[in-house]
Parts: sequence; structure tokens; C-alpha cells
Amino acid sequence: MNGRQIGDVILDLQNISLRFGGVKALTNISFDVREHEIRAIIGPNGAGKSSMLNVINGVYHPQEGRIAFHGEERRRMEPHMAAMQGISRTFQNIALFKGMTVLDNIMTGRITKMKANFIEQAFYFGRARREELEHRKKVEEVIDFLEIQHIRKTPVGRLPYGLQKRVELGRALAAEPTMLLLDEPMAGMNVEEKQDMCRFILDVNDQFGTTIVLIEHDMGVIMDISDRVVVLDYGKKIGDGTPDEVRNNEEVIRAYLGVGH
Amino acid sequence: MPESATRALDTFPRLLFYHAQVRGAKAAMREKDLGIWQSWTWADVADHVSAMACGLAEMGFKRGDNLAIIGDNRPRLYMMMTAVQCLGGVPVPLYQDAVGAEMLFVLQDAGVRFALAEDQEQVDKLLEIQDQVPTLEHIVYDDPRGMRHYTQPFIHDIEELMAMGKIHNRNHPDFLLAEVAKGAADDVSVMLYTSGTTGKPKGVCQTHNAFIASARGGAEFDRLTDAEDILSYLPMAWVGDHLFSFGQALVTGFTINCPESGDTVMTDLREIGPTYYFAPPRVFENLLTQVMIRMEDASAIKQKMFHYFMKVARRSGADILDGKPVGFGERLLYALGGLCVYGPLKNVLGMSRIRIAYTAGAAIGPDLFRFYRSIGINLKQLYGQTETCAYVCLQPDGQIKLDSVGMAAPGVELKIADNGEILVKGPMLLKGYYKRPDATAESINADGYFMTGDAGFFDDDGHLKIIDRAKDVGKLSNGAMFAPNYIENKLKFFQHIKEAVCFGHDRDMVCAFINIDVGAVGNWAERRGIAYSGYADLAGKTEVLGLIQECVEQINEQLVAEGMLADSQIHRFLVLHKELDPDDDELTRTRKVRRSFISEKYATLIDALYGGKPSQFIETEVKFEDGRRGKVSADLQIRDAKTLSVVKKAA
Repeated sequence: MNGRQIGDVILDLQNISLRFGGVKALTNISFDVREHEIRAIIGPNGAGKSSMLNVINGVYHPQEGRIAFHGEERRRMEPHMAAMQGISRTFQNIALFKGMTVLDNIMTGRITKMKANFIEQAFYFGRARREELEHRKKVEEVIDFLEIQHIRKTPVGRLPYGLQKRVELGRALAAEPTMLLLDEPMAGMNVEEKQDMCRFILDVNDQFGTTIVLIEHDMGVIMDISDRVVVLDYGKKIGDGTPDEVRNNEEVIRAYLGVGH
Repeated sequence: MPESATRALDTFPRLLFYHAQVRGAKAAMREKDLGIWQSWTWADVADHVSAMACGLAEMGFKRGDNLAIIGDNRPRLYMMMTAVQCLGGVPVPLYQDAVGAEMLFVLQDAGVRFALAEDQEQVDKLLEIQDQVPTLEHIVYDDPRGMRHYTQPFIHDIEELMAMGKIHNRNHPDFLLAEVAKGAADDVSVMLYTSGTTGKPKGVCQTHNAFIASARGGAEFDRLTDAEDILSYLPMAWVGDHLFSFGQALVTGFTINCPESGDTVMTDLREIGPTYYFAPPRVFENLLTQVMIRMEDASAIKQKMFHYFMKVARRSGADILDGKPVGFGERLLYALGGLCVYGPLKNVLGMSRIRIAYTAGAAIGPDLFRFYRSIGINLKQLYGQTETCAYVCLQPDGQIKLDSVGMAAPGVELKIADNGEILVKGPMLLKGYYKRPDATAESINADGYFMTGDAGFFDDDGHLKIIDRAKDVGKLSNGAMFAPNYIENKLKFFQHIKEAVCFGHDRDMVCAFINIDVGAVGNWAERRGIAYSGYADLAGKTEVLGLIQECVEQINEQLVAEGMLADSQIHRFLVLHKELDPDDDELTRTRKVRRSFISEKYATLIDALYGGKPSQFIETEVKFEDGRRGKVSADLQIRDAKTLSVVKKAA
């Protein structure tokens, strides 16, 4: 497709099972994510897609299974540790600070990179000042990248949905992640907004080499932009492979794409 | 020295190197990048231009070659113009929002060998039509974003071009100076394509001499200095921008400021606070509409204060600006208003520092014009066309009339032909249309006057008044005069109406298509709790039709009061289900209505208007921004407007 090189496996999930009481959200799922690839997770409603993302990101802790990130097996892990390791995410339902401006919201994405202590930040001197300028520069680069200069100082709550989604992507990008988890980045968007979002996702992947794991409902979008697809149904993996392989997989067709009668 | 210096300053490259010498450290250009305004001094600009010119020469650019420039207002795009002129070539700026097919004609006609594209989007458009433009050899781009995978050998980064140029300059240090010295004042300096209201666009060739004379005349007229700041945000392909952002900047040495992106113009305007400002009426109208919308949402006290002081301003603001006698009490009140309303308002509009503002391109509504002048903004009108380097008439300070376009600019001779057409002569006339001697001969008469095609007359003070395009002035079937533009402009002066098209030539009555302003009407609907899903839905609401009907009926009253045009009252109208759009060829890129195209495309609607039908179903093809096509359909209601009976004076 283009010049980027898909590298080695950086995230390896083995036999993951996740239960909430008696409800089995995920059963014995294994798959891996390679460096620089766009990996999609698809499946019908309630298939366990978001749970899967939450497991990767450390929000949920699976009862069984092993997760290795960069070859290192992970013990119990919390979301902020995932963030420190370079995993950023966006949410299915936008989770931004509605009253804050776009700039400030994206700035919060830099939080893991801030080293100044509380006192320095409160009085804005020393490291805090130096850092702020540096972070602002990074944030401006993100703003430029996502073409949202015109809403830089607008409170997020006043923006249309499609732009809010873009701001959320901006916040995730501000953390300069090596892996980006996108939970339905195109849900509820119109065709034009979807196209824009696709372009941004591909650009992020291409320019920064960021590995992307995304959940999406829109089959057309998935098949166009992802390198490999995992298909879940009722918490089980029923397919895994390139978009073409998945499209021709009998079980996937039956469960997800519908059966021709 | 002074004499030889001024004599030598007869081409734009010479002007540039002159500024680099005398005000080398002063800012020539600014652009907001990554949230911060970046500056280029005149010396920087001269360096960049030299590098670009030498780079072009290295790539084989020859004297007389044309170079297309496509993109938003970016410093390096402006620099490229001068670079091309250094080598005796001709820059051809194109409208950046044109789709590939529209650019095709110009690229073929001008036979461009080189093109400078702003970014990936523009490069893609060029690649799309490249096989139909056999002359095109090189594409240079300014913004490298997304360009990494373009491996075609004829696509170059502008940095690469400049690096090449610097090496060339080092090896041949005398080359560029010699090239600049070869330039003559009556060489063609730029080719601007007319918007093509009628037929195919024509390339208007203008010389250095024409633009410099025109720019200098205007600068002296308004006493412009090198301290002016101007925001360059209008399309580079438009003669107005070329004169104000390129011509006058190089003549006077003032600073041009490029906005961060098309969407940030309002913010950038506020941050820069230009002293000299140019905008078509549409922009002033949008600004006012926004202010009014925000005022309607303001608290009661604020609204009261605003309306009170606006009344004061309407009464005496314009007179104070014109230096006419105004009573002390009134002055005091106006000063108080300045503190409470006009000052903050101007600040919000980014107009606090404006010394001179111009508008042109279309008629400006008297209310709109009065509004800006009354709050102390020295807004003036000018009149001119691409063929005359933007202006032939300017309004002098202190002698502003709402309905005239002022007096002949310095060095311009004006004459009215027997049929009412305005004729122009002076140094700023076009050298000719590119490869179209027939069209050139047609537009310049035997005495050397350019025929503008506009009908107008001089009033008692020698100010020119424009009625309409000479060929657009038609007749109703009863013989009464019908000036569609005139009525449409009146309609457009309502904040709820964005666009209007009137029909009536050779017919027994006048009917109209209306486009609502979705911002203003949307806000109006919201406040009344009227739910709508989009433009088409809103345009079809009975309440909205009622609102528009009121506007139309007010116009009818005005027309009756004007006697001569009483027969042009609008009898029937409809609100179109889609906005007229340049992408659908309904408007020109400068947003002028393409009358004949519209009457063909919407023939069924016109028939329904004149056929007395109460409604009409229509399906229209639309082109989206990315070039795809779709269809919109609607069942349009047709309304009868109240007309007043015409009292015929006994002969």
C-alpha cells in the first residue's frame, strides 16, 4: 500500500478470558498486533470489542490469559501505566472536558510527559515554564496535523460531534503514543466526516508509524484501511486475517455479514 | 541618484530589491504557523525570491514561460510571483477552490510549463488533469505534508528548488541581476483570468507598468505608507488581491499578513488588526450578520445599549467621520458610544486600527455601508475590473456617497458612451487578452477606451453611479426598464437572504428565486422553536416562506417609491431547495450569479412561476466538494407577493 514497514509483534494476547460475575465477556481469545500495522477488531453488538480494548489498556484485568507488550509479560496493570508505556486511546462516547478549550483538552494529553512538580507548576517558573512552551509546540503540531486551527480556543462543548471526535484523537496523539487504541472513531459521523477521519488515521499511521488498534462498525471503512482484522462474536474469536481472508471466512459471513438465503 | 532610482523602479523585481536595500529589516510578510506569527523581512523575501528564481532557471524556466500558482495566500506563493517576474516569466494565479476540470481550461490556454501548488490537494488536482495538459513539465509544492509517497520525478519540493537555486546563485552570482535588468516596464507582469460570467475565461495580460501605476495612484490617493498592515485572505487569482497584497505592498513597502487557514480569518484579523483592509460586500455582510445574531442572543440591557448607541451612530457617526459640523452634545454622546459600543465592536471585528477599508466587486447595501461608516470605520467603495487593474474609480475621503462609486482615480480618464456604457482610458489598461486579439479588439474601441460593459452616469458632483451590466438591463413586455441586479442587490441586503435571482426580461411580471442565509434564518428559526434538519428542510418551512415574503413585499414598496422601477415589483417567488454554488456552475468563483445557466437549469421552476402553479417538484444534481455527485429533490412552494398598484402619471 505504501512505504511503511510492518514490523514484529509488539502486543501478544494469549488465551484471554474475562468474566464479570457469571457473564463471560471474552472467552479464550488470542491474537497479536504487529508494529506499525492497523489492526481492526470487529463484531456485532456485545461481541466484546470494547472489553478487548479495555483489557489491552489495563482498565479490565482478565481472569485468565497472558499479555505481552514489547515481549515483556505484563502483570496486573493500571491504565496510567499503559499511558506511560505509550498506549493512548479514544472512547466510544467522547470523554473530553466540555468546558475547556480544544487547546487545553489536547494539552491534557501531554500530562504523562510533564516533569515539573506541583510547586513549579503552581507558580509557573523553572521547569514548568520551559516545559509548557515545549508542550504547547507539540500540541500546536497536533492541531496543525488535524486541521483544527480555527477552533483552537473554542470550548469543546460548543463543537459539533465530528469535530469533538477529532479533538479526542488530538488528545491521544499529543501523548506521542506508539500504540493508539480507537474505540469506534467513526461512529455517528456523516460520510464526509468519516472520510476525513480515515485520512487522519492513515496519516497518523503513515507519518508517525503509530500502531493502531481500532474498533469499528462500518465494514467498508474497516476493509479499506486495516491491515489485519480480528472478528469477535459472543466473546469468542471467529476469524483473524487480512480483510480479504476475513471477508471470505464462512463463519464470519454467517455471524456478522449475514447469510444469503 | 533619486531620479535614476525612481526610473529604475519600474518592475516588481526591481521594487523588491529596492525595499530589501532601504528597509531590509522591516517585516514584509507574516504568516501564522503553529499558532505563532512568523515574519519575513524584506531582506529575507529578496533572498527567498532569488533562490526561487535561480532554482527555476536551473530547471529550465525561460523568459516568456508561464507559471501557474494554485493555493491559499501563502508567503512563498507571493514570493514565487516575483521570482517568476525576475526571469521575465508570467505568473498565472488560479482560484484555489476550483476543481481540476475548471483549472484545465486555464492551464491549457496559458500553456503553462511550471506550476506551483500549495499542498497535496492541489497537486492531486493537477495530476488528475496532467495528461490533458501536455505542456506541463514541473510541479512544485509548498507544503510537504502527505507528499512523501509522490515519487514522480517532475514533482519537486519548493525547498529543493530553493536549495538548487542557492547553488546556482553561488556559481553564477551575476545571473539574476542580469535577468532583472533585462525586464522592461511594459513586459507582461501577470496574467489574471476573468471569472467568466459570460463564456470561457479570458487571460488578462497586465504589464508591470499598469499595475505599478495603478498601485502608486491608489497609494498616493489614500496616503498609504510602509507602516500599513494588510490581511491577505482573498483569492490570489483575483485582481483585487493582486493589487492590494502584491502591487501596493511592493510599491509602498507595507506588510502583508497571511492567515493560518481559510477558517481562521476572523481570529487572524483580530490578532493582526490591519490598518488597510479590503473585502467584498459579502464579507462585510457576513460580519454584520454574525454581530446581529450575537446581539440577538445578548442580555436585554446590552441589547438596549447597543440599539440606543447604534441610533446615535446612524444619526451622526458618518458626519463625524466626514468632518462635517456636528453639535457638541451629539459628539459627546458619540464619544460615549465609542467607549461602550463602537470601540468594543470594532475590536471584535478586528477593525480597531483600520484607517482605510475598501469594498468592491458587487453593490453594497446602503444600510450595510452606513453601519460601518457610522461606527467610525472609513469604509469606501471603488469600482473597476480585472482589465483595469482593479480600479478606475475611488471615493475620496470626506466625500462619500452611498450610491456612487466615487471619482476617477489618478491618471484615469472616464467617459460615458451614448448607450450609457462606461468607457475607461489610462495607463492601467490591459495589454491584451492572452492569445485573443479578437476579444482585445472588441473590448477596446478606436479611441483607445476600454469598454467596461457597465451602464452608469455621472451625478452633479462628478461621482460615477453604476446601474447594472449594460447587457443585463432588460425590458419587461410592457416596455418598462428591468434591472435584475439592482433588485437582487436590494433583496440581498436583508440579512435573511443570501442570494437572489430575478427574471422578467420580455415577460409581463418579475419573479424571483431566493436563497436564504442559513446562519441568520437558522438562528431566527431556533428562537421560534422551529425544528429543521438542514438547508433544504429549513428553506421549505412555511414560517420561513412567510419571513421571506415580508422581505419581498418591503422591496416592492421601495420599488414603487422609486417610480421608474415600479413595474419591476416581484409578483411571485420561491425559495430554492439548495444553495447556489460555484461548484455547480451556478455562481462564478467570485460569487456572481450566472443568469443564463440558472434559467436553463431551473427552467421547470421558471415555468411554474409564470404558469401560476402553487408548487413544483424539482430534482437537481449537486457536486460535492470532493467531486462526487449526488441528487437533491424537493417540492417547492411558490408564493404570491403583495404588489402595489402603479399609479401612472398622466403624460
